[in-house]
Amino acid sequence: MRNPQLTKNGELQHLLTLDGLPREILTAILDTAEPFTEVAEREVKKLPILRGKSIFNLFFENSTRTRTTFEIAAKRLSADVVNLNVSTSSTSKGESLLDTVDNLCAMQADMFVVRHAASGAPFLITQHLAANGRNDIHVINAGDGRHAHPTQGLLDMYTIRHYKQDFTQLTVAVVGDVLHSRVARSQISALTTLGVPEVRVIAPKTLLPAEVEKLGVRVFHDMREGLRDVDVVMMLRLQNERMSGALLPTPQEFYKVWGLTAEKLALAKSDAIVMHPGPMNRGVEIDSAVADGAQAVILPQVTFGIAVRMAVMSMLAA
Amino acid sequence: MKDLDAEALFLNLVEQMRGHVGPDTALVGIHTGGVWLAERLHKALALTQPLGSIDVSYYRDDFGTRAKLGKARRSDIPFNVDGAHVIIIDDVLYTGRTTRAALNELFDYGRPAKVELAVLVDRGSRELPIAPQYCAHSLPAPMPASQILELETDDNGQLTLRLIDA
Repeated sequence: MRNPQLTKNGELQHLLTLDGLPREILTAILDTAEPFTEVAEREVKKLPILRGKSIFNLFFENSTRTRTTFEIAAKRLSADVVNLNVSTSSTSKGESLLDTVDNLCAMQADMFVVRHAASGAPFLITQHLAANGRNDIHVINAGDGRHAHPTQGLLDMYTIRHYKQDFTQLTVAVVGDVLHSRVARSQISALTTLGVPEVRVIAPKTLLPAEVEKLGVRVFHDMREGLRDVDVVMMLRLQNERMSGALLPTPQEFYKVWGLTAEKLALAKSDAIVMHPGPMNRGVEIDSAVADGAQAVILPQVTFGIAVRMAVMSMLAA
Repeated sequence: MKDLDAEALFLNLVEQMRGHVGPDTALVGIHTGGVWLAERLHKALALTQPLGSIDVSYYRDDFGTRAKLGKARRSDIPFNVDGAHVIIIDDVLYTGRTTRAALNELFDYGRPAKVELAVLVDRGSRELPIAPQYCAHSLPAPMPASQILELETDDNGQLTLRLIDA
């Protein structure tokens, strides 16, 4: 079966997941993003690439950073952006996801940016569009359930490339709640595709998916051991809202064992960078001194996220 | 284009521009040939404003059908555009659409006092009301659309013009 994200010419039609995307496409997205970082320095922070296109932000789950950066990215490309606050829209009156989509198509939508608590919801929309012959409409997954958050994975790769240049010489650690994290899945997929020779996953057994080794990672259950000599530390947010059952003791105890402190970070390479997709739980997965420290690149990640989302949108719809 | 000596045309262009530039004149080269030419002009005219460069791919009216994403370079305007005297530099002037795109992009950086255009060769076939203020050579008859005329450079910045039959 063809990758449902690609056209028959192998070009990006939708962005649903980084799984199965070839290295050339990931690299092309990062290369396309590069000149977009300069737009922020202009008096008029806009490029005319998506002039006249209508982009609908469909967020069925709360988000501030991701929705805002998607909105800024679309506006910097001169698109018209409509934000649907789905919790106060017709969905709350019982309208189905696909009926919502059909209505927005009737409003001449060119692109949907979708976040949904259910894994596969953006894919469902692409199948529905294809069944209706609407191959001119594009879908970007802005996070679905535990499945994927591809633009976060891409902006993380952009950040790593910016600070470390060559992926093929790196040891990268993904630390924390991998089980509930769509971000971790996108990160691991992108890191392995881009040729990072050692991807480590550091987490307690209760916060790891079954057979995580099959993703091509080395698993550590001891944070100190796992952080030794790494070039990049990618922290994950502890996702309390997605947890059911007693996977964890208290947040305080989690911090003691799994929180990133200066003392633990000292085990990584001296020029290691610290990343976090946000929102941070200070004093749970990361210590404030580290989050605000010289090795943290957490705010640059946000800025690069705009350029990366501009790149994806322009590659899909230009 | 055996008869077009790019280095001789370059010297001609320098002489045309010399009396019309001051130390504050800013040059902006259009990627890629225009940037090479602008680098040489900047040196020959002893200008003090840092040299600018723009990639107009995203401002083209045929973007999406022609431009390749991922191949665009970063635009760099290292001087204050507001009130500046700017000369846009391109190697070959053809339909005028690239110049139109460059003007639009330039104005996103500010409001220049004056903008001019300098090119090495005018190959004719204009599709927009655009004319160069400085032009080293105008072809006597428009070149056929099937042909591409482009500037090349070597490691020493030496310029040559190449004709490609597409």
